[in-house]
Amino acid sequence: MKIRHSTGSGKDKIELQMTPMIDIVFQLLIFFIMTFKIVSMEGDFNIKMPQASPSTTQNIEPDFPPMSLFLTADEDGMISGIRLNNDPLPSFPDVNRRIIELVGGQAPGVEGEDTAEMELEFDYNLHYEYVIGAITAISGYKDGQGNVIKLIEKIRFATPDGPGPVVNE
Amino acid sequence: MRLAGKKKTEIQEGDLTPMIDMTFQLIAFFMVLINFTQSEQDQRVQLPDSSLAKPAEQPLDHPIIIHLAEDGEAIYGGQKIPIGGMGPYLQKEIRGLEFTGDGIESATIVIRAHRHCQAGRVQELIEKCQEVGFENFALRAQENVETAKYLTQPE
Repeated sequence: MKIRHSTGSGKDKIELQMTPMIDIVFQLLIFFIMTFKIVSMEGDFNIKMPQASPSTTQNIEPDFPPMSLFLTADEDGMISGIRLNNDPLPSFPDVNRRIIELVGGQAPGVEGEDTAEMELEFDYNLHYEYVIGAITAISGYKDGQGNVIKLIEKIRFATPDGPGPVVNE
Repeated sequence: MRLAGKKKTEIQEGDLTPMIDMTFQLIAFFMVLINFTQSEQDQRVQLPDSSLAKPAEQPLDHPIIIHLAEDGEAIYGGQKIPIGGMGPYLQKEIRGLEFTGDGIESATIVIRAHRHCQAGRVQELIEKCQEVGFENFALRAQENVETAKYLTQPE
């Protein structure tokens, strides 16, 4: 009698079809590689600027006298002058140092009752990057450990004297 | 003479396990790092650098993102709009806030202005938003420790 070998015995090796899985996996990999983009970290400088109204003015005696920073621009929009309280300074690091002398720094994570306020004024055509540079110099600095030491948080822009009012279209 | 038996022809299968391990690790890596916040970015805008620009610890409640291109025109919802024509769009945002029961004071206008944009245009945009009642603004910058070139006055 001829004994037929059973094809469904447990000893048979079941081979998985790897090809479709590898296809899909590689497609996924290529998708993620193609869509991957190194994006630098972004952060915000928060500015609270309510529209000026006489009823909202409060008579709070500030701890620090109001300060002003004026940035002038040349024809190309490059910075040509920096004046802190009408005192000319050569660069933003000097502005930063002067503000540290004036208001000191807050320890990181401490909410101080800092009433120092800075009015920032600049020429209309000044490149925006210099305004951010000025805000950076005004608002704080990093210590040796990379902690941000806050200086002035209340920053407001002076009224622009640009090429004219905004035209409604 | 003894004849050699017929040789068994076996398929040489490579061990795929390390390759699959590596591939899955790569996929996991890219999946974790994929950035879905690119929707709020615009290729036409190059942000200014700042050493203090750090991502906020808490997300803003109602951010309204307005880009400002190099030529000083606002980009809102992907389309270029003159700053003077932003009024109806801002009113629409206010109606949306009122509909959800949130006040205008909970909204923050996030300004993503190009680094070479005229700073006066940013002021104009802020004024335009103030006119309709917005008072919280966030000027966005990208983190860059080496900002010395922006901090020094040219000769």
